[in-house]
Amino acid sequence: MKTQTETSTETGIGGREYAVVGTRPIRHDGADKVTGRAQYGADLRLPGLLHGCIVRSPYAHARIRRIDTAKAAALPGVKAAVTAADLPGAGDRIVDLGEGATPLSYIRGNILAGEKVLYKGHAVAAVAAVSPHVAEEAAGMIEVEYEPLPCVLTAPEAMQAGAPILHDDLRTEEFGKRAAKASNVAQHFRHSLGDIEKGFREADVIVEREFRTATVHQGYIEPHNATALWNHDGRVHIWCSTQGAFVVRDTTACILDIPVSQVKVTPMEIGGGFGGKIPVYLEPVAALLSKKTGRPVKIVMSRKDVFEGTGPTPGSYIKVKIGARKDGRITAAQAYLAYEAGAYPGAMVAPGAMCIFAAYDIENVVIDGFDVVVNKPSTAAYRAPGATNAAFAAETVVDEIAEKLGIDPIDFRLRNAAKEGTRRADGPRHRRIGCAEVLEAMKRHPHYTAPLGGPHRGRGVAIGFWFNVGLPSSCTISVNADGTVSLVEGSTDIGGTRTSVAMQAAEVLGIAAEDVRPTVADTDSVGYTAVTGGSRVTFSTGLAAYDAAQDVVRQMKERAAKLWEIGVEQVRAERGIFCAGDRSISFKELAAHLEETGGPVIGRGAVNPKGVGGSFAGCIADVEVDPETGKVSVLRFTSIQDAGKAIHPSYVEGQMQGGSVQGIGWALNEEYYMSPEGVMLNASLLDYRMPTSLDLPPIETVIVEVPNPGHPFGARGVGEASIVPPPAALANAIYRAAGVRLNSLPMKPSVVMEAIWNAKA
Amino acid sequence: MRARTQVQATINGETVEFLCEPRQSLLECLRDELGLTGAKEGCNDGNCGACTVILDGRIVNSCLVLGLEAAGSEITTIEGIARGAELHPVQRAFLEQAALQCGFCTPGFIVASKALLDEEPDPSPERIRLWLANNLCRCTGYDKIVRAVEQAAAQLQKVKA
Amino acid sequence: MAIVYIPTPLVALTGGNATVEVEGATVRQIIDNLEQSWPGIRERLVAKDHLRPNISVAVDGEVSPLGLLERVSPTSEVHFVAAISGGSRR
Repeated sequence: MKTQTETSTETGIGGREYAVVGTRPIRHDGADKVTGRAQYGADLRLPGLLHGCIVRSPYAHARIRRIDTAKAAALPGVKAAVTAADLPGAGDRIVDLGEGATPLSYIRGNILAGEKVLYKGHAVAAVAAVSPHVAEEAAGMIEVEYEPLPCVLTAPEAMQAGAPILHDDLRTEEFGKRAAKASNVAQHFRHSLGDIEKGFREADVIVEREFRTATVHQGYIEPHNATALWNHDGRVHIWCSTQGAFVVRDTTACILDIPVSQVKVTPMEIGGGFGGKIPVYLEPVAALLSKKTGRPVKIVMSRKDVFEGTGPTPGSYIKVKIGARKDGRITAAQAYLAYEAGAYPGAMVAPGAMCIFAAYDIENVVIDGFDVVVNKPSTAAYRAPGATNAAFAAETVVDEIAEKLGIDPIDFRLRNAAKEGTRRADGPRHRRIGCAEVLEAMKRHPHYTAPLGGPHRGRGVAIGFWFNVGLPSSCTISVNADGTVSLVEGSTDIGGTRTSVAMQAAEVLGIAAEDVRPTVADTDSVGYTAVTGGSRVTFSTGLAAYDAAQDVVRQMKERAAKLWEIGVEQVRAERGIFCAGDRSISFKELAAHLEETGGPVIGRGAVNPKGVGGSFAGCIADVEVDPETGKVSVLRFTSIQDAGKAIHPSYVEGQMQGGSVQGIGWALNEEYYMSPEGVMLNASLLDYRMPTSLDLPPIETVIVEVPNPGHPFGARGVGEASIVPPPAALANAIYRAAGVRLNSLPMKPSVVMEAIWNAKA
Repeated sequence: MRARTQVQATINGETVEFLCEPRQSLLECLRDELGLTGAKEGCNDGNCGACTVILDGRIVNSCLVLGLEAAGSEITTIEGIARGAELHPVQRAFLEQAALQCGFCTPGFIVASKALLDEEPDPSPERIRLWLANNLCRCTGYDKIVRAVEQAAAQLQKVKA
Repeated sequence: MAIVYIPTPLVALTGGNATVEVEGATVRQIIDNLEQSWPGIRERLVAKDHLRPNISVAVDGEVSPLGLLERVSPTSEVHFVAAISGGSRR
């Protein structure tokens, strides 16, 4: 099965032929990764290394009365113990760590709990010892006296009057206005367009449904890790698995109340992140232990710690109401989104609100969003955070309306498809987007009309959106005498981006991708670079590399001019060849002359770009529902996404396939199965059931290319949007296979069976 | 500190010796005592396959084998898959098919895939998926991994022919 | 003059107007001029000389990294949207 790429020929950018962009070179870190040589955080070995272990709360909500580390400290092999008392106070400080502001006390509190523990697994103390086993033993000997408190676990419950309050100082904020009373609702916002009442009055069909989605985890295979050395000169060196070395630097410096210049972060290779390795958990703790012991300290999370002590994505309660006319035009759409933030405010409900109806041109919209704290781990981003929950609700309601009106589900979406200039519910108009193009590609795909081939089978579709971000990136390129270049950037490489960035530089320079040596550098060696996330690296760091490469070309033209003893205005550069009149010289040949023409050539790029292009992703899913067990088998799955321009098509396909499969797991099996006391009962990879190779068919992909005018090659971020539509598409497929519409995630066998039985009764 | 026992085994064709405590797994011994950090810890309870090695001809989760149990065994880790300076066809296929993204699960998959092809030179896609079901990957969705194994199988058959 | 779209919860402060035409060459000037006509709105948008922590400004459909410093043209549309980043909410 070949992957198709469909290129829009509307603008010049998309149609141009490139030498490197669009090809599939072997990734630069490939040899290391297939031989086991690549160094991930836990692989680090340092002389004198100690091992840390975190003590975690057994209660979902409790006051800490007393912590006694004496017994643990007395165990042979134990070198130090720390608690929140060892951290500088946070006071009232609000910090902006490059991603929007938060009270420092929240970040500090999640790293080591202060007065209260707010979720089962909340870090309370830590020890450092000569081996991981001794550290684990010692952790078990730390005595903590708790006063348990009632806990609350879902957004609707937490929003009720009389619910246990997590933060006495938390007030609901609404655009700068703070409410008077303590609440678990950290924020409420409302978007509205047009006249919602009028819109529903004009509708011939209205569908209103309620949805619940469970907490799910990003499920990266590599647990969090951090090694810290607090050196005798006061400088702290950290090696860790992170999506943002500069975020680790800034956060750690802030928490420890030391200057940013005292902290150096070396990002190790990272074994998956998906948003969950953006927050900081271990680094300040490892640093504290190192300060106390004078030795480097490494902390690696266990899988259980990963589930209980990091940042899953919000569970949610969502209501969606949509009205449409007989002719298929949507007249009104309303959504209520209450997302669980976990222990500290910051649920990604605003992005959910931005995306929920982004595929549609609707005149009358109202969206209410609530950021609600509950006694669960403090949530973090998970691939298009907030959008998957929202799409599950909206895209199943859309499916139901289309069915009621007797209109094909893709045609219905096409009739209402957003395009350039369509106003989104949160206000701004869409810029150039590929919504209709993705829908058309779905409709055209042979999968859409293939026979299902058996009973109890059904097909469903859905479309999703992610806006993508820009954010700062830096890059330098140095020319080597042999015509290769060294490229230094700061975006940790989770999915092959060091190669997609190198390819963009290679294209500008007119050299082969293999002749660019990309390095992801530490925070002392490269300019500020924001996190690897938001589908931004190929776009933003690519732009920085593009600018750095242009800078190199400019300088190389000057060198050619010097060599030929002519004015630089006479020199032209095209695809790696510099010429003036009848003289020409290749980049490689010219590179050999750098010393005699002035010395090193170094190009730089530093960007904080606008021109971000959002990405639409659709999918077609065939399922078979076993009528006796409720098991849903995915028979065939096609992912179709607008990449703008696929810099490295294999890795674009990889993002689409990976996101799709995470969406499938989210839809069918994954959940935090919580006891009423707030304990996750399935905190292992056996019972937190992620898809295996046996659970899946091939994931077919179609890359649609509607070029993004904001990027020189037309690239859009692709990493996230593909996770958005699968749960809805699968729900729509299950409906056609089994006759039941499910409104909760996961759609596990027991849930499917119960729905089937209830429908029969 | 617990008493440590000397263990001798053949790892990647070489006789090695290491000291280990009774409570240390083979995975820990490989990584911490022998510096063979290619096998990874993803869960430490046998549910992700990132620690897969070949032990006396069978693939095992090395986190579920005690270091002491490996005494006298023949073990192949990811570090022993390449033949000298040349990548094994499985390794090359993973690169050419872009069958890895973060690469963390990749050593486990390569070891498991090599073991499959050693036993069954021409497995069907279904057979490949069943064999690899103990290896979790969160990045790729498995599609390109299966293609890589198919490519490696074809490559190995060609070499034999 | 630029058109400013007033966030729904603040429409009460602008006399029920969901959009307001405002002069100004930068977002800061726009907000200052908005405050002249509709007192009280500035403090909902701005704190300590920056946009409030969870607010970004989008000019002509593009979220601006420059915030108050972003330039505004006489035909621009200005929206105040939720501040989103690459996935971190901190």
